Amino acid sequence: MNETEAVPVPAPAEVEENYLSAGHTVRSWLLTTDHKRIGLLYLFSIIFFFAIAAVAAAIMRLELLTPPGDLVLSATYNKLFTLHGVIMVWFFLIPSIPNVLGNFLIPMMIGARDVAFPKLNLLSWYLFMAGGLLALHAIIVGGVDTGWTFYTPYSSRYSNTHTVEMALGIFLSGFASILTGLNFIITVHEMRAPGLTWFRLPLFIWSHYATSLILVLATPVLAITLLLMMLERIWGLGIFDPRLGGDPVLFQHLFWFYSHPAVYIMILPSMAVVSELIPCFSRKRIFGYKFIAFASMAIAVLGFVVWGHHMFVSGQSVYAGMIFSILSFIVAIPSGIKVFNWTATLHRGSISFETPMLYALGFIGLFSLGGLTGLFLAALAVDVHVTDTYFVVAHFHYIMVGGTVLAFMGGIHFWWPKITGRMYPEKLGQLAALVTFIGFNLTFFPQFVMGYLGMPRRYHAYAPEFQIYHVLSTAGATILGVGYLLPVIYLLWSLRHGKKAGANPWGATGLEWQTPSPPPVHNFAEVPRVTGEPYDYSPQEEEKKAEDDHA
Amino acid sequence: MRFPLFPDQASTLAPKVDELYFGLTLLSAIMMAIIFLPMLYFLYKYRRGNKVDRSPLRIPLWKIEVTWTVIPLLIVFGFYTWAADIFFDQERPPAEAMDITVIGKQWMWKIQHPEGNREINELHVPTGRAVRLIMTSQDVIHSFFLPAFRVKQDVLPGRYVTEWFQPTKVGTYHLFCAEYCGTSHSGMVGHVIVMEPADYEEWLRVGKPAETMAQSGERLFRELGCSGCHMGNSQIRAPRLEGLFGKPVPLADGQIVMADEKYIRDSILLPQSQIAAGYAPVMPTFAGHISEEELLQLLLYIKSLGLKQPEETR
Amino acid sequence: MPETKRALAEHFETLEQQHQAAWLGMWTFLATEIMFFSGLFMGYIIYRHTYFQSFEIASRHTNIIYGTVNTAILLTSSLTMALGVHAAQEGRNKAVVRYILITILFAAAFMVVKGAEYYEHFKNHEIPGQAFHPIPQAPQAVIFFYLYFAMTGLHAVHVMVGIGVLSVMAWLAARQRFDRVYNTPVELAGLYWHFVDIVWIFLYPLIYLIDRHT
Repeated sequence: MNETEAVPVPAPAEVEENYLSAGHTVRSWLLTTDHKRIGLLYLFSIIFFFAIAAVAAAIMRLELLTPPGDLVLSATYNKLFTLHGVIMVWFFLIPSIPNVLGNFLIPMMIGARDVAFPKLNLLSWYLFMAGGLLALHAIIVGGVDTGWTFYTPYSSRYSNTHTVEMALGIFLSGFASILTGLNFIITVHEMRAPGLTWFRLPLFIWSHYATSLILVLATPVLAITLLLMMLERIWGLGIFDPRLGGDPVLFQHLFWFYSHPAVYIMILPSMAVVSELIPCFSRKRIFGYKFIAFASMAIAVLGFVVWGHHMFVSGQSVYAGMIFSILSFIVAIPSGIKVFNWTATLHRGSISFETPMLYALGFIGLFSLGGLTGLFLAALAVDVHVTDTYFVVAHFHYIMVGGTVLAFMGGIHFWWPKITGRMYPEKLGQLAALVTFIGFNLTFFPQFVMGYLGMPRRYHAYAPEFQIYHVLSTAGATILGVGYLLPVIYLLWSLRHGKKAGANPWGATGLEWQTPSPPPVHNFAEVPRVTGEPYDYSPQEEEKKAEDDHA
Repeated sequence: MRFPLFPDQASTLAPKVDELYFGLTLLSAIMMAIIFLPMLYFLYKYRRGNKVDRSPLRIPLWKIEVTWTVIPLLIVFGFYTWAADIFFDQERPPAEAMDITVIGKQWMWKIQHPEGNREINELHVPTGRAVRLIMTSQDVIHSFFLPAFRVKQDVLPGRYVTEWFQPTKVGTYHLFCAEYCGTSHSGMVGHVIVMEPADYEEWLRVGKPAETMAQSGERLFRELGCSGCHMGNSQIRAPRLEGLFGKPVPLADGQIVMADEKYIRDSILLPQSQIAAGYAPVMPTFAGHISEEELLQLLLYIKSLGLKQPEETR
Repeated sequence: MPETKRALAEHFETLEQQHQAAWLGMWTFLATEIMFFSGLFMGYIIYRHTYFQSFEIASRHTNIIYGTVNTAILLTSSLTMALGVHAAQEGRNKAVVRYILITILFAAAFMVVKGAEYYEHFKNHEIPGQAFHPIPQAPQAVIFFYLYFAMTGLHAVHVMVGIGVLSVMAWLAARQRFDRVYNTPVELAGLYWHFVDIVWIFLYPLIYLIDRHT
């Protein structure tokens, strides 16, 4: 057979039939191998988990309104932040963009009918759910109080909670991550449409490719680390046990060898989304395409060699600290390159401010601040003072909420018409984006200040001089909550009442916009051929069109 | 309503860390301005419908990219050097520092001064002298955090770690456990009380116990039977401990190790693992027979022996 | 080629593409496997360095005869596996069944030897836990044995998974499912089996050989 020849897919029986109308039974969803449906399964699941973890955060913020621990017991508080951390990291942030938007879009963006291994894709969701439900069960029967980091020997010997079950849940979800990463790598390598060379790929794909490499190479290290921790707890002894001469810090090394790259698992996909949104709403070809693509790869590679910066005061050697510090400074550079390139893309564009664009601009602001405060933490002497304080808490929330969650929301709004075929109310969307941005800053900016003041993290009760910042933070969290709830309401409303979207409501380039909304089961009636560069926008033409419309 | 922005500066280190912090804050402010002032200008000027020139610029891409790669890289190298320099001081206690021992356990800090004075969740120190804490944990990992001094160190079970500072300002400051350690983690707090040297001497004198730490160590040394082999004219040949501390020790397997806190600790708990050259591996382990507190007392005793000259032995 | 048509999943364009995807997928999977084992290898290397003497003494308590026999068994099984893959590429299903069954036999033999070895450790009280007998001059021997059981145990789990995978391949081959064009599953199973073999090639010197030079 000739490889280069495009093979027409047999025309669907009904022209109207799309991936949503192709089956309405529960079975048709639970046994689907369609990447779009699996993406939606993931969407429902992660929103469910997000809601649980958000409630935990809300209770914590209420508790912290006053210095003494007066709302919940300290044991409960400890379980709450563990729940919040574990669920948010492994059951919301890591799968958020890759497993929902990545699953939905990667095959469409490269002109494929599905991912390379659709059955593994479904298996990934089942493993994810099994892990998630196991974690949830551990929470319901009594909770876990180790913190999401599971540091030994607390987790392996001293905690009296359901550590093993929780770790097993994470272990399972890790395999879901690996399967997804593997699927994406092979899909990008093998399933691209004719003419779609590597440098014609949307940056969304590049970023997800880099993410997948991390998923595949870092997650197994977490798996073995948690396995050893669980064994140690069950067996009563192990290699992290100081009584035998074992080193509890080795656990931290292995844990962060995964968990630092995991930060890039969370942030690279959000960069993927922003790299699509900025060019579309400024109607301009992205500035420095290759530099952004290579920056993604550089982040993925460098991300593997900076884990020790979580451990500057943990008892590792001074020289190890110095090496990890310089590497951590260097890893900031590729992120900086991306921010500069996005900003430059705006120059001489034709910019409009629809909801996804607002989220993208918000992302750049919050991510920049998050990244810059990362320099504080890479700077050894300052890190000694602020590590394990609210400064760190604020920093990673700027990256993970200000970064990942904003990009996720931007992405959901941008591709909502593609996913559902409906438009959401634009004004409400813009309002929600604004509320989220304000609420977020009010929640987390005060935490930088109180972190430098010395407020340690994971404190149930605290000294009175920190109170003012906790009050501000709780107020902000309330606003942030509204910012999260609004989209849930109007997006659900739009499913029935939103106006029909059409194939390409934003006037975007990219293969996913060249097929109807919602897309047909096999994405394209005919495998597309790609002949040009991505982001083929022209600000001048856009202006002319706007003028004509006006006239 | 007060909005405190900085903790007290109460150690020699604090101003240095704060300077670096200001430097980084300034850098962040400048970077934010460099990114966002042009961005806001672009967003305004190139908003859709505004009649401006939108023809693409003709500047070589690589020149721009190299500029905004290399300049930030040089800047961060500068900050790295600055931070690492302070860190090096932070990690290296001066030789004349006074030792105070700290044991962390769920959920309290047990502190003992060399003079023998004990305290819980409080640490009294004089101004003007470098203080070196020798710390260990009885159970899980804790972290000894003194915000006013800008120092923090995780306290690990099964090994000694150190942290040092030189207080400069009289006052009472926070002591926090900064590494999550279980149910009452947020209750594992206390105060460090900085006093004038004369007041500190007075405080030591008032609470003076019967024995200094080294004296307690000496008593243990006899009670546990250590002196039977390591002292006097014993039948069993064991290494003499006078003048040992801080000196290199040749081992049976040819390695040479420094007789530091770790070595003393390991030799008592795991005597089989590092055998001094020329001696038989006959010492029993004391693991399980001796508490962390007693270990520290023995350590200070052996350290005090380190100052003496070894007697001539055959 | 009716067989081939059936083997092509509908989201692929060509059998070649499908083969490439499966092949690359397997290699990626093996990369994750390597990282999975590397956590343990890292722990072993670090502790070996820290507790050199304990590891040196404790590793002499392993049985080099069992280790060497098992190395020979696995290496030979890799050969029979390779022959099986070759047969599959030529579409000789009967030969595939034969070679794979021999490979499975070797794998089972490996597990039997492993079991005997574990039993010996059990009798000698060398299993970490309450019944562990301290080894003189090697206070951290228990860490060595912990890692020994973790690494060889994890490897044994992979051997057992391998037996399962190979059994399925033998069954498929017996039903004449492979031909000259379509034989990817056998190839991939072979790849997996060689991986299991290679992990052992690293474990063998690390555990049995490294301290026996004196």
